[in-house]
Amino acid sequence: MRPSASQTWPLVAPDWIQNGPEWLNDIGYDVYKSFIFDDRYQMYIKGLGNTLLLTFLALLIGVALGVVISLVRVSWDKNHTEIQGPGKFFLGFFNALAKVYLTVIRGTPMVVQLMIMYFVVFASSRNKVMVGALSFGINSGAYVAEIIRGGIMSIDAGQMEAGRSLGFGYVSTMRHIILPQAFKAVLPTLANEFIVLLKETAVAGYVGLTDVTYAGNIIGGNCYDYLFPLLMSALIYLILVMFFTFLVGKLERRLRSSER
Amino acid sequence: MSAENIIIEAKNVQKHFKEGDIHALDGVSLDIHKGEVVVVIGPSGSGKSTFLRCLNLLEVPTGGQILFEGTDITDKKTDINVHRQKMGMVFQHFNLFPHMTILKNMTLAPMKLLKKPQAEAEAQARALLKRVGLEDRANAYPSQLSGGQKQRIAIVRALCMDPEVMLFDEPTSALDPEMVGEVLEVMKELAREGMTMVVVTHEMGFAREMADRVIFMAEGKIVEEGAPEEIFTAPKAARTRDFLAKVL
Repeated sequence: MRPSASQTWPLVAPDWIQNGPEWLNDIGYDVYKSFIFDDRYQMYIKGLGNTLLLTFLALLIGVALGVVISLVRVSWDKNHTEIQGPGKFFLGFFNALAKVYLTVIRGTPMVVQLMIMYFVVFASSRNKVMVGALSFGINSGAYVAEIIRGGIMSIDAGQMEAGRSLGFGYVSTMRHIILPQAFKAVLPTLANEFIVLLKETAVAGYVGLTDVTYAGNIIGGNCYDYLFPLLMSALIYLILVMFFTFLVGKLERRLRSSER
Repeated sequence: MSAENIIIEAKNVQKHFKEGDIHALDGVSLDIHKGEVVVVIGPSGSGKSTFLRCLNLLEVPTGGQILFEGTDITDKKTDINVHRQKMGMVFQHFNLFPHMTILKNMTLAPMKLLKKPQAEAEAQARALLKRVGLEDRANAYPSQLSGGQKQRIAIVRALCMDPEVMLFDEPTSALDPEMVGEVLEVMKELAREGMTMVVVTHEMGFAREMADRVIFMAEGKIVEEGAPEEIFTAPKAARTRDFLAKVL
């Protein structure tokens, strides 16, 4: 039989806690069973790794998807009265597809999308991180697309005209002139989307993916006491968010100071 | 002037904006000859900017034809991007690329479109900057320049593509009065070198001094055209007289 936390606690507790006041002894025991007993801290570390990996992969997928979707939407909105033939048909088709995507993704809860992806679409896959990253990426892509679309539309129409008047085509003007400016304009907003995404991954536990939240939940269940495990989960998110917020602030200040 | 010299030929150009049901151009025909400086004047809303923007298809005419060096560029099969490389354009609001240095602004198109090596493109850009007295601003960003400097850069950026013709869309209208002179000076120098220019402007002094031909437009039509001394001293149409009385 494996020893329980209450059996091992008196053995590992230092004297100054054991002989100290009762409340200190209680807290010491709670901390011990929440983090140290059975090497439980390793689950938080694993959860942290998964949360970061999930967020990072989802961000990559989201930005890639967002750029494509926003370009389809912008190109259609600005050009559909002028182009003709098969080009118009394809662009119209992809634009309609993009609109459906935006509506469905933004109109349904993230948790439901995640469960549909894991239990239905990729029912045969056991790679939770990849399915999770894909689900969160597809979800984030919808929001990123609207952010980038806003960025592109905020660029003065004269920039497109200047590019075209030099002889650049629509696509090259987008690539060399419009998109670099749009990205710069929305970088702080995109960074904030990253922070939102980080917190959104907390629902990954619904498909049994061990992220920071799930780790706290499982350990809380194992100890019959949720206080310290969930506080630890919250603390990890708080530290991450504060760190990234600090980075975003730095980025914003740097963007503002250059060239202006 | 003979027909071979014609560089741009506008034939019965129509432009009808669906929004607001505006008939901006109502059958404008005009030949631009090589080396000629044509100045288009007229009240606001007369369609003069729309006409200029039709010449390089920034506005697509809803009727008529535009021939550039004999090619019908309004034809859907024509690759307009190739022809636009030979038609420089200068805008009222400069439209420099704010995320690039002046040098990058000027070398981007020659390097990407004409495949010029970087060293050659930069040498050309620096030579042009020197001509307009801004060689020390090569590594500055557009936001660090005054309006007059920006417009001079915009002109030389267009010149970097070695255009056959330069189109100016109210190049001095957005400038503070004390900066108008420096831009007009660059344009005059360009005209003296024999550049073909189509200029939409409210600068009557420039029109009088530099134009080979002045076009007066109103309500989407060419009302009157002729040598500047004819238009400014003895306008035939009542509409022209009315306009000139207000601006001179």
